Parts: sequence; C-alpha cells; structure tokens
Amino acid sequence: MAKDNRGNSKPSSPFSFLKKLRRYPATAIGFIIVFLFILIAIIGPSIAPYPYTEQKLSERLAPPSEEHIFGTDQYGRDIFSRILVGSRDVLLVAGSGTAMAVMLGLLLGLFSGYRGGLLDEIVMRLMDVILSIPPLLLAMVILFSLGPSRLNVIIVVGFLYIPMVARVVRSVVLDLKTRQFVEAARMRGEKSGYILFREIFPNVLPHLAVEASMRFSYAIFLVASLGFLGLGVQPPSPDWGLMVGEARTWFHQARWILLFPAGAIALLVVGVGFMSDGLRRMLLPGGVSDV
Amino acid sequence: MALYLLRRLGFIFLTLLLASIIIFSITQFLPGDVAQMVLGQFATEVAIENLREELGLNLPLHIQYLNWAAGFITGDWGDSLVSRMPVQPMVMQRLGNSAMLAGVAIMIYVPLGIALGVIAALKRDRYPDQAITAVSMAFVGLPEFVTGLLLIAIFAIGLGWLPANSSIDPGSNFVQAFPYLILPAITVSLTGLGYIARMTRSGTIDVLDTDYIRAAELKGLPAAQVLLRHVLRNALLPTVTVVAMGIGWLLGGLIVTETVFGYPGLGRLLVYGIQRRDLPLIQAGSMIVVAVYSLSNLAADIIYGLLNPRIRLGR
Amino acid sequence: MYNPAGSALEDGTAVLQPVLDVRNLTVTYRTDKGPLDIVRNVSLQVAPGEIYGLVGESGSGKTTLARAVVRYLAANGSLTADTLKLGDTDLLTLSRAEMRKVWGSRITMVHQDPGAAVNPSIPVGEQIAEVARVHLHLSPGEARKKALEMLGLVRMPDPESVARRYAHQLSGGMLQRVLIATAMATNPELMIMDEPTTALDVTTEAVILDLLNELMTDYNTAILYITHNLGVVARICSRIGVMYAGEIMEEGPVKKVFRSRLHPYTRGLLGSVPRVDASKKDVHLKAITGQIPRPEELPEGCIFSPRCELAEGDCLIARPPLVQADGDHYTACRRWQELLHLKEKEQHEGPVRGAYDSAKGPLVLEAREIKKHFRSSGGLSSLFSRESGPIKAVDDMSVRLRGGFTMGIVGESGCGKTTFARCLAGLEEATSGEIALEGVTLPYSVNRRKQSDLKKIQMVFQNPDASLNPQHQAGVSVARPLILLGGMNRSEVRSRVRELFRAVNLPEDYIYRLPHELSGGEKQRVAIARAFAADPILMLCDEPISALDVSVQASLINLLAELQEKNETAYLFISHDLAAVRHISDWIAVVYLGRLWEVGSADDVFVPPYHPYTEALLSAIPVPDPEVSQEQIRLRGSVPSAVNIPSGCRFHTRCPRKIGPICEEKEPPWQESGFHHKICCHIPLPRLKEMQGKGCFFNSSAEGEEC
Repeated sequence: MAKDNRGNSKPSSPFSFLKKLRRYPATAIGFIIVFLFILIAIIGPSIAPYPYTEQKLSERLAPPSEEHIFGTDQYGRDIFSRILVGSRDVLLVAGSGTAMAVMLGLLLGLFSGYRGGLLDEIVMRLMDVILSIPPLLLAMVILFSLGPSRLNVIIVVGFLYIPMVARVVRSVVLDLKTRQFVEAARMRGEKSGYILFREIFPNVLPHLAVEASMRFSYAIFLVASLGFLGLGVQPPSPDWGLMVGEARTWFHQARWILLFPAGAIALLVVGVGFMSDGLRRMLLPGGVSDV
Repeated sequence: MALYLLRRLGFIFLTLLLASIIIFSITQFLPGDVAQMVLGQFATEVAIENLREELGLNLPLHIQYLNWAAGFITGDWGDSLVSRMPVQPMVMQRLGNSAMLAGVAIMIYVPLGIALGVIAALKRDRYPDQAITAVSMAFVGLPEFVTGLLLIAIFAIGLGWLPANSSIDPGSNFVQAFPYLILPAITVSLTGLGYIARMTRSGTIDVLDTDYIRAAELKGLPAAQVLLRHVLRNALLPTVTVVAMGIGWLLGGLIVTETVFGYPGLGRLLVYGIQRRDLPLIQAGSMIVVAVYSLSNLAADIIYGLLNPRIRLGR
Repeated sequence: MYNPAGSALEDGTAVLQPVLDVRNLTVTYRTDKGPLDIVRNVSLQVAPGEIYGLVGESGSGKTTLARAVVRYLAANGSLTADTLKLGDTDLLTLSRAEMRKVWGSRITMVHQDPGAAVNPSIPVGEQIAEVARVHLHLSPGEARKKALEMLGLVRMPDPESVARRYAHQLSGGMLQRVLIATAMATNPELMIMDEPTTALDVTTEAVILDLLNELMTDYNTAILYITHNLGVVARICSRIGVMYAGEIMEEGPVKKVFRSRLHPYTRGLLGSVPRVDASKKDVHLKAITGQIPRPEELPEGCIFSPRCELAEGDCLIARPPLVQADGDHYTACRRWQELLHLKEKEQHEGPVRGAYDSAKGPLVLEAREIKKHFRSSGGLSSLFSRESGPIKAVDDMSVRLRGGFTMGIVGESGCGKTTFARCLAGLEEATSGEIALEGVTLPYSVNRRKQSDLKKIQMVFQNPDASLNPQHQAGVSVARPLILLGGMNRSEVRSRVRELFRAVNLPEDYIYRLPHELSGGEKQRVAIARAFAADPILMLCDEPISALDVSVQASLINLLAELQEKNETAYLFISHDLAAVRHISDWIAVVYLGRLWEVGSADDVFVPPYHPYTEALLSAIPVPDPEVSQEQIRLRGSVPSAVNIPSGCRFHTRCPRKIGPICEEKEPPWQESGFHHKICCHIPLPRLKEMQGKGCFFNSSAEGEEC
C-alpha cells in the first residue's frame, strides 16, 4: 500500500532539522562534537603523527610543543597520537556495549511488556534487583571475576544497562498496548508478531533512540571510570580513562598529561549528553527532559 | 501503612537475597584459585590445601554460600584475606567515613540543585534557563575523576587553599576530617547537582503548566505566595524520590572520588579489595552498599507517602 | 455601531453602565509561522447581573478572548483594543501588579476541569481562605470563617469537614462548587467561567447550573460564561455571542438569537445539535460541511464563507462587519435579511430515516447476565486505602439486538457502559455471563475467537487520536482487516479501500496520509472505514463522537446512520449524551452502577412512566431552546463506588422518588410497561406514571407538551 505520496504533509526536510538545531545551540554543539569524534575515530589512527606505543625516554614528560602538540607522557609517548587512537577505543567499547544493552533490553522490554503476567513480573523483579546495585560497583565486581579486557568491558556495559533499557521499553509498550489501534488490531485477529513488530515497535523507536543516546553517554562515563580505576582496558592501550589514571602520579610535574585525556573525555561525554537531550526534544516533544 | 512497610521490607529482603546470590556467584567465577592467589605463586601444595580447608573452599558451592550468608547475617563477615583482620569493623568504620563525605555532599548539592532547577523552570527557555541547563548537563556528564583532578589542580596545587590528598586517619572525627572533606564533597556534588537541578526543573515546569497554578495566579495572590505555597509544595514532592534515586549514583561517585583523593571510605576500600583480590572484603562491602541503597529508597518512598496527601489520606 | 447599552435606552429601560466593555479587541500570537491573530476585532458588553454566554467550537478563540479580557496571555501573546474597561477602570493602562489586585477580587475565574484547577496539596478550605486574606484583608480566623460561609452558600453539605479535605477526596461536582465559592468570596463585579461544567456529568452539571441561577438572584455579579454547549446557554444565559474562528458572528438576547438565527453559522450549529426532546423521526441533523479554518490560512472574505451555502459575491471578498439587525441583536452576515425568509424552509429538510416498525430482522446479539469484576490494583496507594474487594464495573447486564437496529446505551461516566462493550468485543474478559452472536456462543477473550467470529464484531473507539497507529498511513489501517478477514488479494484490497474511503466521504488521496495529517473528524472517519472493512454484523460504537466538535458530530451521526441503512448492521451505541443517543437509536438501555434500569424503544423511554434515574437524566440535559422548560428533578450526592455497592436498589442513595425501606432492602423487580419496554423499580408503574405527569419537557411560551 505504502506509496510515497502524502498529500499536503508537513515538510520534514533536513532543512527543518537544521532550523530546529539553531533554536537549541547546545544541541547543535552536541551533534557537532559527536560528529567530530566519530570522524577522528575513523581517520584518527591514520593521521596520528607517531605510533601510539612508541616510547622515547629521552623526551619523557615533554610539555606541548610543535613536535608534540599535547606533549608526551611518562614514557615519552606522544599524547596527541594516543588520544587520536584512543578515540576509536572509547567509541567502540562504549558503542558496542550500548548496542548490546539496547538490543537485549529492547527484546526483553518488548516481550515482557507485551506478554505481561508472571513472566513480566519475574523479569522485572530481576531487573529491579540488578538496578539496586550501583552500576559502577557491579561493573567492578564483574570485571574482577571476568578479568579486565576490552571484550569484558563491552560485556559488562551491555549487561549493566539492559535493565534500564528494558524498563523504558516496557513502560512504552504497556502504554501502547492499551491504545485503541492495538485493540483494533486484536479485534481483526492480527498475530502477536504483527502487533508487536508492526503496530507497537515503530512507536517505540523514538523512545529507544533517546534512551540509546543517553545510555551511550553513561557508557562512555562508565568505561572511562573503569579505565581510571585500572579495572577496564589494560595498558599500554590508549584508553583515555586509563591515561588519566596513570597520569595521576606525574600530575604534579606535568599537568598536560592529565588535562588532555581528561578534556577529551569531558568533551565527548558532554557532547553526547547534549545530543541526547536534543534528540529527546525533537523526537519526544511531549515530555520535559527527565533523566 | 504497616502492611505496606511489611511488603516493602519483604521486597528489600528479596533484593538483598538475590543480590547476595549474584555477588557471591560472580565472585566464584574467578579465574584461578583463591588460596593460590593469597599465598602467591611460590606457595607449596600443602600450604594451599591447608588454606583451602581453612576457608571452606572444598565444600560444595551452595554450602559455601549458605555458610557465608549465615555468617553475614550474624555479623561474622569473615577475615580479610590480605590483612587477616575481621572484615566487619573495617567495613563499618569506612562506611561511617563515606557517610560523612556523602552527608556533606548532600548538604551541598540538594539545596543548590533545587534552587537552580526552580530558577531554570521559572526562566524557562530564557538565558538563565539555557545556561543552567547547559551547565547542569555538563556536570552530569563529567566523570568524577575529571572534576576531582581539576579541582585539585586549581584549589590544591594552584591556589594551595585545600589539601590535595584526603587520606586521613580512618578513625578521624568529623571536625578533624572536615578540611579534607571539602574538595571530595564538591567533586561528588557536581554530578548530583546537575541531576537534581534537571529533575527539579522538569518537575517545576510540569507544575507551572497546571490549571491550578493558573488559577492561583488569577486569584490575584502575590507572586511570592504563588511560588512558595502553590508551586513549590507540589514541585518538590517528586524531588524526594529523585534524591533517593540519586543515592545509587552518589555511591558510584564515591568509589571514584575516594580513589582520586585517597579518602578512606567504603569505596576506596572496595577498590583496594578488588585490586588485592580480597574476596570477603568485596562481598561484605558490596552487600552493605546494596543494603544502604535499598533502605534509602524505602525511606524516600515512605517520606513521599507521608508528604503527599493523595497517598497519605487515600481515596 | 455596536452599542447594546444604548439600545437598552431605546427600550425605555434604565441606562446601565456595562461591567465589562470590550471594543475591537484583537489578540496576536507570535509563532513559528509569523504573527497570528487568534481573536480579531471582538466587541462585547456585559451588564451587571447578566449571564453572557460566549459560544464557540474548539479553535474559535473563546478561551483566548477570556484570557485577554483579564490580560493573562502567554508570553508570546499580545492584545490591542480600543476599549477594555471593567466598570470605570481602564484595564489597558494597568500594570501587572495592578492587574493582580483586580484578579481574584473584581474579576474572578472558574476553570474548565475542576479536578485540575484545585491545588492537590492544600486543603480546599484554605484555598478559599487565602483569597479572603489577600483581597478582603481578613485575619486568618475571619478568613477561615468566610471560607465556611462561602461553602455553605454554594450548598456544600457539611462545610466544616469539606474545608479540611484535599482535592482528591472530593467529587468533580463538589470541586466545581469549591471553585465557585472561591470566585464568589470577594463578591466580584465579573466572574468568567470557562466551560465550567464540560468535565462534569449531566446530572451534576444541572445542579451547578441551578446553583448559578440561584446565586445570580442574590448577587449582582455579572458572568461571562464560555461554553460550546448551546443547551447550557439556552438554560442560563440572557445574552449570547456566537464566536467562530476568532470573530463574533452573531450577538443578541438569547431568545432572539435562538428564534431568528441571523447568521448561517448559528443556523448550522443549531441544526447540527441533536435534541433530547426530539427524535430522529422529527429532525434530520444538518451538518456543517468542512472545518474551522486554521488561523494561518483564513479566507479573504467572510471567515465562514468556505462553509456557507449562501456565500457569494461580496462574501468572498471582504470581511463583513457586525451590524445591528434588530434592536440589540447584531449579526456579521451581509445577507441576514434573506435568512429571515429562509427560516421555515429549513426545518424538516433532508431525508428522514424510517422509524422502526417491529422487532423484525435476524437476532444478532444476545448478551446474558454479563458481569465484569476487576480486582483492585495493588500498588503504593492501595496500601494506604481502606476499601477492598473487587470493582464491580459491570454487574449483570443483558441485551438483545437485531440486525439493522441500534441500541443506545446511556449512563454517566463510570457506570460500566464502556466496560460492557469491551466485554462484548472480547478486549476485556467477562467474569461471567454469555455472549452469543447469531446464536453461537463466543469465547470471552478476543484472542480465542475464531476468524469468522472476529469478522462479525467490530468497534469504533472514542478517542480518535489513539484510534489509528500514528506510524501507519490511513489506507494501511483500512486494508489490514480486508487482508486478514476478507481474504482479498492485492488488487481487490486496493479497490475496496478506495470504495470505503468514498463511503466515509474522504478524498482518495487521504489513503496515503498519516494520522497527524488528519483532523479529529477525519481520523474518526478512517476508524469507521476500518471497522466497516471487516463487513461486520455488529458494530460497537464507544462514544464515537464525544471527542469531536458539535458541527462535526452531526456529520458523523449521519454517516453512521447511512452506513447502517446500507449494510443492515446492528449498532450498539454507547454514549453519555442522551440527545445523541435518542437521535441515533431505535432501542435505549439506561445504565447506572453496572446495571440496566430501563430498556425500551427510543420513543417509550422518553415518555412517562420512566425510571426515576432516566427521569433525572432527562430533566438534567439542557435543551438548546430557551423556549423549552424542563422539570427540575435533581440527584443528591455522587455516584457510590463500584466496590461498595448500596444494598437493595443500588440507586436508592440518590433516588428522588425513593418510597421507603423497601428500596434499601430488596432488589427491585423488572416491570413490563409496554411493547418490550421494561423498568426496574419498586414503584408500581401506574403510580410512577402518575407521579411523572406529562413528562420532562414543556414549551414555556405555548405551555404545550413536547414529548
């Protein structure tokens, strides 16, 4: 049936999207920052002036200069190069973790909310229990037994954020389930699969997009914190949190080795946060922002 | 009310039970052998076997769990594998220190966050709101180790006003500890501040948009009276729940902040325990954190119920 | 030119300075689409002690006008006016702080939804007292006394205990009385009431309107009464202004306006409202075509011209001014003189549907002793509450219906009528009872019904916004039942969808529209097309028109009737609007607290003897005709909760005709009154008939009977 002929529909061109962005400068900044970081993650490693593991002990703790624009660290490694390469790490680890949480949380929320009953009750109680343990603590304990590695950090992020995604999806499903268009579908004998994926799911998407972007910003936060505590990705990986953690010892002598990675983390997290807030305003215009 | 409390307590018990199973079983996935770990690579077979026997590691897993759980309930939380000292007094002392830090932080960020949130809501979509919203979003997003180190750089190293290191004697009282609490408390506060400000803003905007506020204005009441009696009374109710939910966040923040400042709280102890693979310490510490979190949520729900006439008085 | 006070002089009455004098008021909003004039050049005057009815559909700008009068506009709104005076005070020159002194003391407001307009966390007595403290400068003790006095004045039972309660502990009717008490506490010059009874049930509405009438005899307060309900205007107002798309179309004394109707829009409105005192045999509803223009795309000429049958020449070129037609009667129509002669012709126009003859046609639905009890939900608040036990939403309802007929189910909100329909639909699983369709018993749950059974029952829902999937094009919604239940192939589906869109009077290109590109009435048309796509034999209509504007309602009622004629479908039409039900139904069932109390043909139910509850409903519904008077039968108190249902006759707690202890002790019997007309009451029918006399409606001018 679907033809692309919508009569006099409202224009939803990319132009109007840009117009919306202009009204919320913070959102625009957020989108730009995220875009730049993704760009850096893609081309960063190839434009890095030095290999990120190259140690030059003669140049250790060198302040920013023309040669090393962000200076060097305690092993004489070029901080700029490490940050460029590290961006790929951050986005990949936090991104895959988020993706995993969103996928599993979505499925859990969809089925649990739609089926209801005992299954829903059990699933949601379990989610409540996981949520009653502070995420960083749970992440620490899990990584403690799995051992710190990039893959394990992804798994931890993915596991930790499932309950939150599932809760959001479920509450949207519960609301949609009682809408009359779903009831009309039931009255014409649609199969559960159709109702779930064709009637309900498209209406969950905007909520999911907002939730995913928010989870992503928390994931970056979490991954960085784990790195800082030495429980995440291990040296000599150029993980930003890890760089900050290692730099603490040298902080008094060379402030730059701390400021640049810390600044990169701050910029990215805040950028994603702004973007997520903007997505909420654009996709879910009804509600006021809500953490 | 009594029935409600009973049910909530039942749920908390269930949560703690499940959480304890989760924590216990996760810590059992450890690669390698605990006894081996404690004694190091060069320990003799006999020594390891003796230690295993001593720690009950040869028993079936569910027996180990039951022993541990029974011990936890009766106050016997086991001995630290590293220091060989009882875990319980250590955890409780550190918990006290964390509570001190958290208390100072809450005193800072809750009132300030509410004030900023209300101002932002009143100046909705104008400059003060945009500024507060942007800053609070930035604060929410900044990891504690970034803000903590930044604060150290400015106030400790740069200006020299406050100590950079807060590794006080774990037994210090509040007055002795206070100067060392300021920087870590501010660090933890920034995240909470942004969170409370945002939630208060959205709660207040919801209330400002209601018919009863329009009605109150059109009753010709003085603006201050409308704000204080009509708006805030309703807008701040959900903040009770928000503050409680933020406790989980605060606990996470404490772990990082205490590590940054070397402050002897429960978070620092947990990180230490994990670095040293001190199993009893990790288990007991985690359980306490979960318990504190659950109880603070219960307290919030009860306070909310008491403050909200709709719940207090029923239909 | 506009000067009703001046004309009062010609009539020989004393010159009264108007309480409110508005001239050429225009309200402009700054929006994304540029500045929009939401209200344009409106003039009106309200005299002391007068109730002025401002009538209009949604989007007519009536609420904006009310806000502009008190200079309480949103930040992006601004107003200009030649005059905006309250008595001698020029409101245009007052500062915000000075306006605050006017608000709540000289002008007060009563808002639409009383549940939302009372602060939930302050006891209601205190909310009255604070006004007395601020404006009357009373001490806290005196203010508290004043609050109790005002509660007594609005006939609140037990003011002392009510004053201490919170909003959630009071019913909608009580809350509205609290708001009126607040508004009257300062004895204001002007009270603005914005749809004050729209959110209430009819029986409660009637009590509030009576109260206003009584108060007006003791107070000299003028009222600007905003509403969409012409019946309410006819019952309580002395002057009326008809607003359309931001302008006043016609203005004058209520009786004159209703009688001579000097604007085509007024005519359209009055012609499209079903009347409870007239059945479909008497009147065919005449819908106004089209919809209110959006403020950003107003027509050049008369704003009503795109929907007006008389529009021609000048009408399409320039905005007509409001002109004096007859003394204090004004109209904005250029051709009002022609309208005077059109008057007689328009009544009884159009095809009148054939009335029912007898119970012929196949028996479609037989629902026997349906019960639906909900378990009260757990949760935070339930643990603080005292009530327990199941909510008996539907408690023994039986209904039989034949093909081609409509059964109207009426009752006030919460009476269980919607739950009953949802049980029949299988969306709610009945607790007990039997649902048979063409003699075949259906499973309770829709999930367990066979394809062939699903095809037979379809439903049109109340809320057009939730009715269609926002992500699906309208055509998809209509095509799905064809594919699933009709077993059609692609090309058949295509042509059938087009047919259905034509049948519900929608252009074919609407097939590709998303719901947000449709108006409320259009969405409901798509929903009707979707329901008819399955070619059902039973259609459940759950308040299908309640969310729509009056002028749109009529066209949908007509559409439903047309489709029924064509398809011989049986309708179960659920509504709280007795007038609409009377208009569309052959049979009517009256529901209260989960049970039926009276069932009969549409004609029988509206003449005595009727059940005391039916009687109360009939006398409560405001008739859009100031010449018709109604009996004053009012219900006391509010509906008991469906958890603790009163013993004996469950209506006894509110029944105005209660005869004694038997009502509290024994369930009343069903009594046959005539051909398939049954009443469930202890009072013997002959006595009931004697009590009720000639019926609820009589023409006050001719003293003739209307029923």
